Amino acid sequence: MQWLNVIIQGCLLGGIYALFAIGLSMSFGIMRLVNIAHGDLIVLSAYVGLVVIQATGFDAFSSLVIVVPVMFVLGYALQRGLLNQTLSGGLLPPLLVTFGISIIIQNGLLEWFGAYNHRLQEGAIETASVQLPGGISIGVYPLLVFGVAVLAIGSLQVLLYRTRLGRAFRAVSDDADTAELMGIDNRNLYALALGIAMISTAIAGILFAIRTIFDPAAGPIRLILAFEAVIIGGLGSLWGTLVGGMVLGVAQAVGSALDPTWQILAGHIAFLIILILRPNGLFPRTRD
Amino acid sequence: MTLLRTQNLSAFYGDFQALFDINVTVEERETVAIIGANGAGKTTFLRSVAGAIGTAREMIYFDGEPIGGKTPHDIVRLGIAMLPEGRRLFPSLTVEENLLLGTHSGRSGPWNLKRVYELFPRLFELRRLPAPALSGGQQQMAAVGRGLMSNPRLLLCDELSLGLAPIVIRDIYACLSRITAEGTTVVLVEQDINRALDASARFYCFQEGRLALTAPTENFDRSAIAAAYFGL
Repeated sequence: MQWLNVIIQGCLLGGIYALFAIGLSMSFGIMRLVNIAHGDLIVLSAYVGLVVIQATGFDAFSSLVIVVPVMFVLGYALQRGLLNQTLSGGLLPPLLVTFGISIIIQNGLLEWFGAYNHRLQEGAIETASVQLPGGISIGVYPLLVFGVAVLAIGSLQVLLYRTRLGRAFRAVSDDADTAELMGIDNRNLYALALGIAMISTAIAGILFAIRTIFDPAAGPIRLILAFEAVIIGGLGSLWGTLVGGMVLGVAQAVGSALDPTWQILAGHIAFLIILILRPNGLFPRTRD
Repeated sequence: MTLLRTQNLSAFYGDFQALFDINVTVEERETVAIIGANGAGKTTFLRSVAGAIGTAREMIYFDGEPIGGKTPHDIVRLGIAMLPEGRRLFPSLTVEENLLLGTHSGRSGPWNLKRVYELFPRLFELRRLPAPALSGGQQQMAAVGRGLMSNPRLLLCDELSLGLAPIVIRDIYACLSRITAEGTTVVLVEQDINRALDASARFYCFQEGRLALTAPTENFDRSAIAAAYFGL
């Protein structure tokens, strides 16, 4: 029973990793953009939340009403104003530019907020739990985060496969030049894609900042977790990304149950094993 | 009325000049063929008109307005649709989704899903399949249908017959006459000279990026074409 408990906790932990990864998966899937600044944008969302909470007295969840639109606009502007210019020259220019953005965000946050730890407060829900028969105890907050991840991926799937905009996203992902010949404004579409990716980033940032302390240097580790979830799940598959997050979560929970110092290492080992056994991930979708 | 006019159109791939001072005029409702050997600049010409290759503003006039240098998505909205060589359907979309992509031009007109399915009944049966599951001829039909869905005034067809069986080519060209009957102007690029001349009223022959010959197709001496085609 103890192990069942560990696995359930691990699966729920995967929810936050999947949320970290959705934006990364989407920007790679649609514009082949490997966004090195993704982790820092998650942390930036948390700081935007912090500012909103301090300025308005909102609780952490309500701050999303402001953080989500702010990050959407930031994502749209970033793609339109800067990243679109990097996309014609292969994979390297966007890597270098987003690496630069990552450094700017980290140092900008350090300059403005200092190196202190912060955490967003959400009251009793943080520690509430549900007791199940057999001694299994499920935290309400991890369950909520997992539910949000499922909901986010479900909504994105509906957007991609049931709407006109989603059809355009998939067409551009297949063949950007031909999509342009069909009347699609690729530059605008890419900007919308990063904007939408940043909505999930904003949600991930706030939910992560409620459960964990964060500081200006917290981004890169989130990026690595997001990368691992995307790669384990298979490029271009959003449900795969959720499974990838759960694999990471379970590996960390099992590692941590064996020895608390193994938690992070166990996740990376699971990633490496899957990379060796299935280099394309569990559910690969993107062809190239 | 003149629908398309190019004026000393030149086009470059980097330092390489692919077109030299091309003057082509296409009247509304006309079907014009552009023929020429490999590398003559036929595809470059179509891509320039469609906006995929940048040109100076005054080099291309559509419906009296200069359109050179506009983006491809703006040009589609003006009513020029390009059927790219090799079909270029979107592989992860279904046949119907590929057709619906044509509606992103935002233009209204005679063509919609229902009309395209009437033109190509086979596509209606195949509409739920992913595009790569279709045969070459069916893919070409889907590509033509996708172009029509944008309700173009001018349809640019690049090598419709490429890689298709003769019987399939005949079917596709039979449909072309039903398309022109709707008032659509067509520019055909073909390496298959006979096919192109049969379908068109006038032709231009390109040779190494320059205009070598232009004439009405009716009763034209084909040996003169051969001379212009090969530069003999």
